Amino acid sequence: MKKNIILAGVGGQGILSIAACIGLAAIEEGLFLKQAEVHGMSQRGGAVQSHLRLSSNEIASDLIPEGKVDIIISVEPMESLRYLPMLKPEGMIITSINPFINFHNYPDLEDILHEIWKLPHYFTLDADSMAKDCGSIKAANMVILGAAVPFLGLKPESIENAIRTLFKNKGEEMIELNLKAKNAGLKYVTEHK
Amino acid sequence: MQQLLLLGDEAIAQGAIDAGLSGVYGYPGTPSTEIMEYIQASNDAKSMKIRSLWSANEKTAMESALGMSYAGKRALVSMKHVGLNVAADAFINSAITGANGGLIVVAADDPSMHSSQNEQDSRFYAKFAFIPILEPTNQQEAYDMTRYGFDLSEKMRIPVMLRITTRLAHSRSGVTRREIKPQNEICLPSNLRQFVLLPAIARVQYRELLAKQNDLETAAKESGFNAFIPATDNKLGIISCGLAFNYLMENFSESPLPYPLLKIGQYPIPIDMVKEIYEACDSILVLEDGYPIIEELLKGMLNNGKTIHGRLDGTIPRDGELTPNIVAQALGIEIHVGQPVPAILKNRPPRLCDGCSHNDAFLALNEVMLTYGKGRVFSDIGCYTLSALEPLESINSCVDMGASITMAIGAADAGLVPAVAAIGDSTFTHSGMTGLLDAVNNNSPITILILDNSTTGMTGGQTSSAHGKVEDICRGIGVPEEHLRVINPLRKYHNENIRIIQEELAYKGVSVIIPRRECIQTLNRKMRQKVDIKGLKS
Repeated sequence: MKKNIILAGVGGQGILSIAACIGLAAIEEGLFLKQAEVHGMSQRGGAVQSHLRLSSNEIASDLIPEGKVDIIISVEPMESLRYLPMLKPEGMIITSINPFINFHNYPDLEDILHEIWKLPHYFTLDADSMAKDCGSIKAANMVILGAAVPFLGLKPESIENAIRTLFKNKGEEMIELNLKAKNAGLKYVTEHK
Repeated sequence: MQQLLLLGDEAIAQGAIDAGLSGVYGYPGTPSTEIMEYIQASNDAKSMKIRSLWSANEKTAMESALGMSYAGKRALVSMKHVGLNVAADAFINSAITGANGGLIVVAADDPSMHSSQNEQDSRFYAKFAFIPILEPTNQQEAYDMTRYGFDLSEKMRIPVMLRITTRLAHSRSGVTRREIKPQNEICLPSNLRQFVLLPAIARVQYRELLAKQNDLETAAKESGFNAFIPATDNKLGIISCGLAFNYLMENFSESPLPYPLLKIGQYPIPIDMVKEIYEACDSILVLEDGYPIIEELLKGMLNNGKTIHGRLDGTIPRDGELTPNIVAQALGIEIHVGQPVPAILKNRPPRLCDGCSHNDAFLALNEVMLTYGKGRVFSDIGCYTLSALEPLESINSCVDMGASITMAIGAADAGLVPAVAAIGDSTFTHSGMTGLLDAVNNNSPITILILDNSTTGMTGGQTSSAHGKVEDICRGIGVPEEHLRVINPLRKYHNENIRIIQEELAYKGVSVIIPRRECIQTLNRKMRQKVDIKGLKS
């Protein structure tokens, strides 16, 4: 088992929570893990990414080599495209279609989606609406995580346990909200496979 | 023992806690910040009463740590690479005083300048100071080397540098803990003149430092952190330093490395080990995540020996951090990069947060500066440096901590009218206060905006040494009361703020304006915590 994952988004959008969930699940399954994060200046509304590597064997590099990424998981549509040079030819993009516009001349959303739809494997989700239906738009990152669950090579139960662990200090309500959001994303990809 | 999922920074912190640390000192700076933060949040550290507060700057931190070492206890001081410039005086001289209790100086370098103004390589400093370096390859080694570093420091009676780069500092992996060592008791140096660097004493101590180098080299040979790994193809020998080892091995995850390898993790590098690989191989490739320090040494000025490949001959780019693919290309391994980024993609540089107080302060300043023209605002290092970019484009310099005030002095001396400085509260107490004293003593016609968001914002909201003290400091230094103005940087006070800035720019002496409003990030965090507490109560 070996998965190279890029998590993409804008500083403050919660990609590190996705990383933490996958990380906890991987540890529970006894896998090796490396996860490179971006801290500091870029966190102020800039493009951020995290390299997440899971493997049943020891992992050498903290950075994924270009062209070796299996999945780009993105909470922002334009940001999902930024890491295309990292993606394998048969790799997959899972992204929210909800743009985060914090600069002028943001490209046309249709153009962005057309670029994504050119790829052999992708899922584009209206994560904000799905999260809102679950109770809070803030759980949009968990919708995206849920959509990725079947492709991570991890057991769905491990991801559930990880969400419970990650949000245990925030109360049962928060755990339920995030699980619900994760399930909504998972349901979407299962139905649209 | 327990396996933890830790950032490189956190592995160092946990390693120090478990190695009998008594105190950690530092000033926040990416990518080093999480070392202190981890210890501050650690229940173990709390129960062991490990001292863990931020210092005013890296120099005061380094000196405090040296003081703890003097008293016989184990101390760690952490900083980013440019912080070591600030601490350099203490750092260089600490090699000559030597250590008593174990002393580790963590220097976190930032090749590729992800969050810095340069990519200087701290290994040069350590070499300059004759201080040994530990350079971990991964999170586990970061943990283990911290523990070993304290032992080495006490055994050799010298501070030890732990050098990491951004990728290790901010990457997480599994770390296995070892048993906790007790802290040292207070124990003064056996020679009470050891730390007195009067010339007569310093000469003796310096000779001792030089004499230690052989023993330090022997230690580097015996520790196991440097290893020669033989192989069959002697056409090329590879020397990897620290993290570079990972990028090399990434390219040989499915087949064994055909070339002999010298893996470096501890300096001074044992000459014997270098000789061994140099003599065995036709040419050498040096992989360093930073400046080409080993490569330069090996090559010499004339390069009369074997061919040495690396950053100097273009085998590897001269600047920027290493990556697996850069190493692959250096070895002639074919790489398969994915598709190019579509043309529609736009850059998304960092920017000031919505609701940031700096934004309102600079909007007011910009309007006032329209009268004078662009190019007159010297600034400093913090979130507000982002005001150099669109849409604000307010500031014209960012050089080093505190330079805004002193550059404004020089520009005013040259006749620039007006000369304005814009500095954050934490940067002001870090290195701005002495500049302000110069300004007051010169009666420089400058206006200084001390942008007080009541925190160290850029690094994530650490306590600012300036908190609640800015006016008193300015008064104490001699800023006249009538030219010490506090404004509230909010849209609704915009016109009033403009008027105050205009008044002070017209004054031909030192004036200080303090736009004060809390950082929106720390404010939001506090609000969330309040909500959480309420939620728990109900």
